[in-house]
Parts: sequence; C-alpha cells; structure tokens
Amino acid sequence: MVDGFLVPLLKIVIVLNATLVGVTYMVLLERKVIAWAQSRLGPMRVGPYGILQPVADAVKLMIKEDITPVRADKWVFTAAPIIAMVPALIVYAVIPFGPEVSLFGRQVTLYITDINVGLLYIVSVASVGVYGIILAGYASNSKFPLLASLRASAQLISYEVAVTLTLVSVILVAGSLSMVSIVRAQESMGVWFAFIQPIAFVLFFIGGLAETNRAPFDLPEAEQELTGGFHTEYSGMRFALFFLAEYANMIVVSSVATTLFLGGYLAPFPNVDALNFLDIVPGWIWFLLKTFLFLYVFLWVRATLPRYRYDQLMRLGWKVLIPVAIANVIVTGIVKVLL
Amino acid sequence: MGEAIAFYVISALILGFAVLVVSTRSTVHAVLFLVLNFLAVAALYVLLTAQFLAVIQVLVYAGGIVVLYLFVVMLVNLKRPPEDHSAPQRRGWLGFALSGVVLAQLAAILVWGGVGAATDSSAAQSSDLALNNVERIGMLLYADYLIPFEVASMLLLVAMVGAIILAKREL
Amino acid sequence: MATPSVHHGAMFDTDELVINMGPQHPSTHGVLRVVLRLDGEKVVDAEVVIGYLHRGIEKLCENRNWTQIVLLTDRMDYVAAATNNVGYCETVEKLMSLEVPRRARYVRTILCELQRIASHCLWLGTHAMDIGAMTVFLYAFRERELILDLFEEYCGARLTYNSMRIGGLPQEIPPGWDKKVLEFCKIMDSKIVEYEELLTHNRIWLERTKGIGVISGPEAVAIGLSGPALRGSGVPRDVRKDEPYSAYDEMEFDVPIGVVGDTYDRYLVRIEEFRQSLRIIRQATEGLPEGPIVGKVPRLIKPAAGETYHAIESPKGELGYFIVSDGKSTNPYRFRVRPPSFCNLQALPRLVRGHLVADVVALIGSIDIVLGEVDR
Repeated sequence: MVDGFLVPLLKIVIVLNATLVGVTYMVLLERKVIAWAQSRLGPMRVGPYGILQPVADAVKLMIKEDITPVRADKWVFTAAPIIAMVPALIVYAVIPFGPEVSLFGRQVTLYITDINVGLLYIVSVASVGVYGIILAGYASNSKFPLLASLRASAQLISYEVAVTLTLVSVILVAGSLSMVSIVRAQESMGVWFAFIQPIAFVLFFIGGLAETNRAPFDLPEAEQELTGGFHTEYSGMRFALFFLAEYANMIVVSSVATTLFLGGYLAPFPNVDALNFLDIVPGWIWFLLKTFLFLYVFLWVRATLPRYRYDQLMRLGWKVLIPVAIANVIVTGIVKVLL
Repeated sequence: MGEAIAFYVISALILGFAVLVVSTRSTVHAVLFLVLNFLAVAALYVLLTAQFLAVIQVLVYAGGIVVLYLFVVMLVNLKRPPEDHSAPQRRGWLGFALSGVVLAQLAAILVWGGVGAATDSSAAQSSDLALNNVERIGMLLYADYLIPFEVASMLLLVAMVGAIILAKREL
Repeated sequence: MATPSVHHGAMFDTDELVINMGPQHPSTHGVLRVVLRLDGEKVVDAEVVIGYLHRGIEKLCENRNWTQIVLLTDRMDYVAAATNNVGYCETVEKLMSLEVPRRARYVRTILCELQRIASHCLWLGTHAMDIGAMTVFLYAFRERELILDLFEEYCGARLTYNSMRIGGLPQEIPPGWDKKVLEFCKIMDSKIVEYEELLTHNRIWLERTKGIGVISGPEAVAIGLSGPALRGSGVPRDVRKDEPYSAYDEMEFDVPIGVVGDTYDRYLVRIEEFRQSLRIIRQATEGLPEGPIVGKVPRLIKPAAGETYHAIESPKGELGYFIVSDGKSTNPYRFRVRPPSFCNLQALPRLVRGHLVADVVALIGSIDIVLGEVDR
C-alpha cells in the first residue's frame, strides 16, 4: 500500500510542485539573465533584488478580467492552454532525478516510474502538446490567430521529426528506451553521451529551441507577425498559462537533454576515481545544476541571436537538421555494428 | 478486479467518444473527440501490457495523423450551420438500423467464427512480452515481416509525393 | 495594432490580401502607416501613408523671426537635432554672406559628428531589435546616453538642443568638454567592435539582411535616395565631400560605399560611418582653434531679399533648406525643408516588392527614417 501507492503519490506531489515553482521562477530568471546580458539589472523592486516578482506577476494575472471572445468555441478556448501545459508536466513521470537513496529506512528510487519505453513516452507526450497551440488559434475564431497558430504548429511538427531522429542515435548507443537505463548506460560506459554523440547533442539543442518556440525560432510570437500570434485573444490567467507552458517546455527539454546527453544525475567523469570526492554532492543536485546550465544557454541564446524568418526556419529544419540527423543515425549504426 | 474495472471504464470511454465523433455537429469537435478516442485506445493497450504500441498509438495517431486532419479541417472550415443537419433527406432511424445490423454481424463472427484461442507459439513468450515489448516487435518487424514493412513505407512515400503534386500550384 | 481587412474571397484564394501596418506598431519607428498588398506571404505592393506627425513646421516658421526658427528645426529630425540646427544656420549665413569664425565651424563639426554617431546608434539598436537581436538595442542606447550626456553638458538639453545661432554658437564649450569628447571616442571604438561581433558575421543576421531590398545605383539616384541608403548602392555621393561646409574641408575622412545595395550593405556603410565620424571628431577636437565662438552678426537679423538653397549631410541623408527672404520683414517669406527621410521613404514600395512580410520591418529600419522629418 505504502510502497505501491503513497510513495509514488508523494513523489508526484513533490515533482509537480517543484516544477511549477520552477516555472514561475523561470520568468524571473529570464528577465534577470537577459537584463544582465544587456547591462541592466532587471526587476529589482518587488522584494530584495526582485525575488518576489513572480508572485506579483501571478497575482496580477489572476485578478485580470477573463475575456472570452463572443463567438469563440468556449470549451476549446478554455481547454487549449490546459492542453498546452499538461504535457510539459507529465513528462516528469519518467525522468530520473537521482540514484537510489535510502530514506526513512526504505530504498527510494528518485524517479516516479521507469517504463521501458520512457523516451518514446516523452516524444509522444510532446507531440500531443502541439494541440494546445492549434486549438488556441482555432478557438479564437479569428483568421489571423488561426493562421499564426498553424504556422507555429507546423514549425513544431517539423522540428519534432528532427528531434526524434536525433534521439534514435542516442537509443542506438544506449541500447534501451528507458530513461533510467540510459543514465545507467552512461554510468557504465563512464562517459556522458554528449561526448560520444556530439552531433546529436547539438541537433537536440537546436531542435529543442525550435520546439519550444524560443529565439532564434520565435517568429510566430514576435511583433513582426502583424498580429500577436496564436494567443492574441487570450488574456489574464489563460494567457499566463500559455507562457508558463512555454517555460515548462523549456525546462522539460533541458531535463531531457540533461538525462540523455549530460549523464542525468551522474557526477562529471564518473569513471575517474580521482574525482570521487564529487560524489558528496547528491545526484539530484547535479541534475539540477545541469538542467540549470541548459536553461541558462537557452536564455543566453535569446539575448544574443537575431530571429530567423519563417521560411528560413522551415528550410533549416527540413533541409539541414533532418538530413544531418539521419546521417548521424546511419553512422552510429555502422559504428555500433563494427565495434 | 481492478483490471476489470479499468477495462470497462476505458471501453466505455472509447465507445462514448466514438459515438460523439459521428454525432457532433462541429467538424473540429469531431476531430477532437477522435483524439480522445485514440488516447483511450492507447490506455487499453497499456492495460494489455503492450506499452510500445500504446506510446506509438499516441505518437503516430493522436500526435501526427489527427493533427494533420485538424489542419485540413481548419483550413477548409467545414463548419456548416445547424440547419443542414436536419435536412429532410436525413433519416436517423435508418442509420441506427444499419449500424444495428452491422453490430449483429460482428457479434456473430466473434461468437461463432474462427477467432478462438489465440495461437501463442510458446507460453514463455507472454511472460517476457510485457518487459521486452520493443525488442519483440522489432524482431518481428525487421526479421519476419520485413517486406511488408518496406512496402508499407513505400506506400506512404508514394502517398506523400502524390499529395504534394496535387497540392502545389507550380512545381 | 493591425486591423486585417480581407479583400474578398475565401482564405486561400489567389486573391490578394490587404493588410494595414500601423500607424501604431512597435516596428514602424514612429507613426508610419504602411498598407501592404499580399499574395500569400509575398508582398505585391506597399502604400506608405504619412502625415500623422505633421505639425506645420514650415508654416510656423513663416511667423517666427530668424533666431526663433532654430528651435523649430530641432523638432524635425529629433534624433539628430543639432544637424538640423547647423543646416538652417548655414543656409541663413549663406543668404546673408556671414563669416563664421573657424572655432565655431570646428565645434559645429564636432557636434554634427557626435549627432551622426548618436543617430546611427539609435538606428542600429532599432534595426537589430526588429530583426530580433534585442541586446544590441541596449548596447547602442548605452552609447547614445554618453553622447546625450556630452550634449547636456554643452547646451543643457538631451533631445532638442537649440545649440546653434546664426553666425556661430550660443555659448563657449565648457572647460574640459573636449577631454570628455576624446574619452568618449576611445570608449566608442571598443563598442563598435562589440556591435560587429554580435552582428556582422552572424549567420542569422546575414540571412536576414543579405539580398533583402536590393536597389541598384542608378535606380537609387532616380528615386532620390541620399545618405547611407544611396551609398549602400555604390553611389559615392556625400555632401561633406562634394560640397564641404563647416570645417569638413579641413578634415580627413573616407566615405564608405557599398556594392550590392542590399540591407547588409547599408548596415556595413553605417557601421563604417561610426568609425569615420570618430576620426573626424578626434581631428576636430585635437585641432580646435582658438577664437570667438560667434561671428559678427547684426543685432536684428534681416537678410536682404533673395533665396538660397543649402544642403548638409545629416545622418539620414542630404538635408536641404530652401529659404526665401523678402528683405522687409523679420520672418522668412518661405521656409522649405528637403528632408532626407521623406525622399528615402519613397523607395520603400520599390524595395519591399517581392519580399515577405517579415522583411518589411527590416527594410523600414534599413532606410532609417524619422517621422518628425517625414511629416514636419
């Protein structure tokens, strides 16, 4: 009873809360990091050094008037932000945060569950997340958000193909689809997959940028789109949910990249005995650090690079990323057979 | 016990959503109910310990094919006014009668037909089937059924090329 | 923001879609309205609607005396106000055949070149931000702040300077100001390197600007472009070199010329103009002659009857003033400005044709307009 039900429930509660807090503080983190890159300070007034800014933002959005367009499809209009947010949260069910620890006298695994198709589960959940955007554009009952949402979702689908192909090469190296096995494979090989599969790593990162509609692939959200994109008609908490969903997706991509390429909860150079002192730091701290590093690079890229135009973006996805990913899979397969 | 409850709940969802797909007025809603239907079928697969199939169902069907349906529906904007649905030619009772006949035929096939005990080559397989889903399917697809697999992919390729040729204004 | 008005037909007909951009739009740099006709994603035609910032400056000037007009000229190209002042004062000095002391001419040159850098900073920041590189915006404005501080020290204002008088300048430069100017030059040198690092060889920047909005030299001349937009197309025309004014005949500097005439070339031209302006400022500051700051000007300025046209090189292009005096009243009879942004903006429909909607904003930024000048 306890082991089968209560422990996973407790893990779910912890992970969900941590994710939601993380997502709201991502808002602050983004503003701060980009501000520092632009030689200014970012939010400083609310709380010491602006720490309470997300609270202020949340309160503001929650007390805003909830406007629903008159002829919008009410159910779909309300459901779209939820559909955008939920996939980002349920991915955490399969991500391992740390090795087995013993807490209160029992062995506790630091993942909610380990299904043998973990990586595919993540990809399929991400593909359902596209519905949030499509339905948002549709439910607004207005031509321009609809077109904008179709473009944004076309972008997402195209880059999903590239990312999934990238993951194939990781699966080839690890020999398993389960996230926990992938981390253990990195542990047994003694080296992070980022070093064995550098191309896949870079491709995954670029694809992740495009999947989450982040710069330099964020034209569907920018002002050059003559309307405000697929979330034009949304206001208040629903609008907030879309943006939180974007940040949640960012954190998910970072977590997945950490697990697949940076060794998850492993310390750097796990096979080098001289660095065993690094094991003092618990696995989940390493995980958080690496995820944070990824997030920082996301923000850094946003502050630095200009935007791609939509046709250049699609061309990059289909004509560059996918062929390179396929070539990577072929080469990995050949190497694996030969070795 | 719990499995039986889960099975009945999921089946009810599948059937319910399927009925909603054909009975709702808005085409977009019909597509969305189709998605929910597929998700419920994926849940059924999980119940049958075919996890790989469940995930692929979500990934390919719900997350790929129906998205494309949705694109088409939205672009062509098939929302017809409600009056069309009560067109005088429409005879609801005829539809129900026909579906009842089909249902009876299916039931007859199931009960008296040749779908008896499943031909499992070895009982031992079922025990590791749940754990080694991906490997077993992989072996089947790429070793035993390789040619149908390749033919299916060629078919998809031909369909894609055909669609592009039909849709593009100038090549 | 944008009020889409569908021409007719269903969504995906081959009929054209008419979209309105502005007058309130984050990327039109002021109150500019552009009506685009689209075929799918491509722009078929663009119509520029101006006049939202018309304040009747030219008419107002007919009711002000010659010294008061300097105030009004500030408000035209408000990004580079001192340049407007210089243009006006020199036109009147030409009309009255006044001699401006050498020191005044040197300080005028320094101020004009500082304005050029400030205006190009603003251009760079907004242009880069439109294309998505938001950090360059803040870096460019950080340097613009330094220039505005220099101006504030000199004449007390940050945007509308009123810093020239007919015959010279209103006041002497504050002590130590020239040292500060030289310090600024040193800082600016390293900052230009920063901007270039972020943009010039950035692959995404190249893809967004190369080949966009190409206009050939002869076409540019025919439309009436001037300034960096014209020089980007390879036409070596710069009023500072061709018809020197102020102290430019005593300065050594180069004029950057582009090759292809696309957005990237215009960008490179302006970046190089940063460096050349710094060169001029250094020469002028280090060689600042002693002498009076204002020439022999009659108490009541009343030019004899006549008319004259005088042009200077503002950061946006050739800024010309045509002034008619009737010799009797203390106001000009006719005050006409040839604003470079107005003439350059006419090229927009020609540039935008055939490009995608996302390029329209990049092109508006590439021409570098100020609505205060366009509308007056």
